[in-house]
Amino acid sequence: MVDLTTNCGGIISPNPFWLASAPPANSGLQVQRAFEAGWGGAVWKTLGQPIQNVSSRFGAIGYRGTPGVGFNNIELITDRPLETNFREIYETKKKFPKHAIIVSLMVETEEEWRDLIKRSEDAGADGLELNFGCPHGMCERGMGSAVGQEPKVNERITGWVMKYAKVPVLVKLTPNVSDIIPHGMAAKRGGANGVSLINTIKSIIGVDIDNFVPMPSVGKQSTNGGYCGAAVRPIALHMTGALARHKEFGLPISGIGGVTNWRDAVEFLLLGASNVQVCTEVMLRGYRIVEDMIEGLSTYMEKHKFAKVSDMVGRAIPGFSEWGNLDMNYEIVAKIDSEKCIGCQLCMVACHDGAHQCIHPNENPAVRVPVVDEPECVGCNLCQIVCPVESCITMEQVPNGFAPASWNQHLNEGAKLRHKKGSHA
Amino acid sequence: MKLNVLDPNRAEVAFDDAKPAYSLQQAKSESNRCLYCYDAPCIKACPTDINIPEFIRKIGTGNVEGAARTIFESNILGMSCARVCPVEVLCVGDCVYNEMDIPPINIGRLQRFATDMAFEKGWEFFKAGPDTGKSVGMVGAGPASLAAAHRLRRFGHKVTIYERSNTVGGLNTTGVAPYKLRADDSLSEIEWLMKIGGIDIVYGVEIPKTHTWAELEKKHDALFLGFGLGPDSRLDIPGKDLKGVQGAVEFIAEMKAKPMKLEGVKHALVIGGGNTAIDVVRELLGLRAAKVGALETVTMVYRGSEAGMSGYIHEWDHAKEEGASVSWQSQPVAFEGTGKIQSLKCLKLDANKKPIVGSEFSIPADIALLAVGQAKLGDLVKGLDGIKVDKGTVVTDDNGGTGRPGVWAGGDCRNGGKEVVNAVAEGRDAAVAIDAFLKAGGRRG
Repeated sequence: MVDLTTNCGGIISPNPFWLASAPPANSGLQVQRAFEAGWGGAVWKTLGQPIQNVSSRFGAIGYRGTPGVGFNNIELITDRPLETNFREIYETKKKFPKHAIIVSLMVETEEEWRDLIKRSEDAGADGLELNFGCPHGMCERGMGSAVGQEPKVNERITGWVMKYAKVPVLVKLTPNVSDIIPHGMAAKRGGANGVSLINTIKSIIGVDIDNFVPMPSVGKQSTNGGYCGAAVRPIALHMTGALARHKEFGLPISGIGGVTNWRDAVEFLLLGASNVQVCTEVMLRGYRIVEDMIEGLSTYMEKHKFAKVSDMVGRAIPGFSEWGNLDMNYEIVAKIDSEKCIGCQLCMVACHDGAHQCIHPNENPAVRVPVVDEPECVGCNLCQIVCPVESCITMEQVPNGFAPASWNQHLNEGAKLRHKKGSHA
Repeated sequence: MKLNVLDPNRAEVAFDDAKPAYSLQQAKSESNRCLYCYDAPCIKACPTDINIPEFIRKIGTGNVEGAARTIFESNILGMSCARVCPVEVLCVGDCVYNEMDIPPINIGRLQRFATDMAFEKGWEFFKAGPDTGKSVGMVGAGPASLAAAHRLRRFGHKVTIYERSNTVGGLNTTGVAPYKLRADDSLSEIEWLMKIGGIDIVYGVEIPKTHTWAELEKKHDALFLGFGLGPDSRLDIPGKDLKGVQGAVEFIAEMKAKPMKLEGVKHALVIGGGNTAIDVVRELLGLRAAKVGALETVTMVYRGSEAGMSGYIHEWDHAKEEGASVSWQSQPVAFEGTGKIQSLKCLKLDANKKPIVGSEFSIPADIALLAVGQAKLGDLVKGLDGIKVDKGTVVTDDNGGTGRPGVWAGGDCRNGGKEVVNAVAEGRDAAVAIDAFLKAGGRRG
């Protein structure tokens, strides 16, 4: 049996799956149902001075009939009275003492921070998360991403919080910056116990093309929202990995952004997250998705002989490097399994129009299996990506007699590079 | 123009659609499954080479008008073909999903969705070309001629169609199983395509009685022969003239045009093993289900075995599900009865279709429908020197050109009896050839 217990910056939870601060963690009854379903922790929907929301609030993009591939919202922080929230936090913690409740906070003055930190801790919070990331609405009032985008402000407010907080503190970072490192470092200098990332990405999810209003529309207007869901995962993975491999950072990371299942969670853990937070997939499918997440992660850990979650955290970081360090002499080509090929020729049109023109029709017009011109194939993967048949196209290494050599080694040490392919010069 | 008025109580209206229309949501969902193959096998399997992946993609993006345009651009009877085509052995049969044992895309139903919407919304895609002053005469108003006529109008040539009967559309109107396509659907489509203007139809034409070839050739710059097939073939056995013995195509035409009572008919036989036989078996079973008359049994009598039948197996599977009986390897030898048929006497055949001595048996029958082929009308062109006729069908080159300059042919009279979609393809391609011929100066060129 594997041990799924997780420690993120001192916050212990029975498994690495937390609800992110968002609508699914808006109330006591919700969080209690989530814990019953198996979630290990919940970051309570951000508390602050209760606000009033608009309707509508959510928008989504789909792809070829699958809705919700990307999602955005213009909902603000809690609209429920603080007393109600704290009472429900207290009741939930009492019922689920081993589960982690992290209270997300967003206020303006040091006094307000001090007050809400105390009340959160009194209610039984296991940790605090500082919402420095919300990119819509609250930032117009000088909070959320307005804080997260300014390292000095981030550091100062984190410093205030650390003066008063007795429980661990995570700073939630915004991805709406060109480089995540200065912002992670600011949280570190402020004294945070860890960071969580990413918050949502400033976005317009779509435009109502018949009424000429962006979405989600509020009457005849709309505003930018925060983008999330499966489509943002690559951005979140990059920022997680960038911070995790940074030599001077070193704080625990709670990974957020497009986690839909156990595989996605594993990717975050391998790139250095200590746990993950999930919102959109729960909004779309409900708390029940955690059952598969727990099973899938456990089976994966058994397969790779990871006894505990921390054994796998960061395992893919050594493989994350700069382009200049990649081996230029590593050579792969596409191989098409003619037994499996169904003759759709999507690889051929993709290669011709979108890559390097090295997959051609079979010489025999009666045979629909295309042919790879291996001497020209650059090994780009596009054909494999578009192939609808599992493991029909494989990318296989071909020996070329060249010793491994990176671009940097070529520039600095004169290492010999193989000939270019696919340039049709 | 308003075409033939149909009897609202005709028997065919009792039938429900075998493949009901998709809703927009269903159509989008199915479209999204399409892989959008490159140089797709489904296109190659379509005699009219409709760009199927393209029209399906357009449905998926909500560009249904564009989808309909793509279909009609290749096949002006795209609405009929969506319903009538044996897609199982054409486009759908070649969908690459079959290779993965994943259900293939329901191309026919998607095509029906787009083309139905075109009529519903009144979309018109085509305009007649600038008048060339040339005219083409067509013999027969079936799918081949209609497809040729429409294409020629786009090129700017005038068209006159000479039709023997008083209805338009040929077997597409009078012969298609009503659970696929009803006569009124066929006529609506023709009404729609005739909006291009400049297509005249002359009814009640009998060559050479009402018009001679010489007159037609004189009047027109080119001719297109699309006269289809003749009446049902008969079995020359005792009792062939008994009441209740009838040709299957004739029976279907009656059902599609008139009310039908089937009074006193308990046992129906269908003789044959081709697609017309299976169609009429299923139609009788449909009439039974609709409680027309007092039909009890519908039995197909076929000389061969199940494995050897020429009808589509997917159609026969439906017939079996619907309750068809069958007598395999049975050779009709006599219709029995006085005045009207009461039974059919048969001999059992062995695996080599040789009669087995002493194997006579009789099947009770109140009607016996003959689906053993239709007459070929090649003799009709006897007066036209240069046209070759082979076993009753007109011999042509790939584009339908006959051995006589200025005369083309297409559809059943050329191919011996294929699908509507084949007729459309042959008509369309002949029109392209005719246009080239006329532009090159025609008979004087």
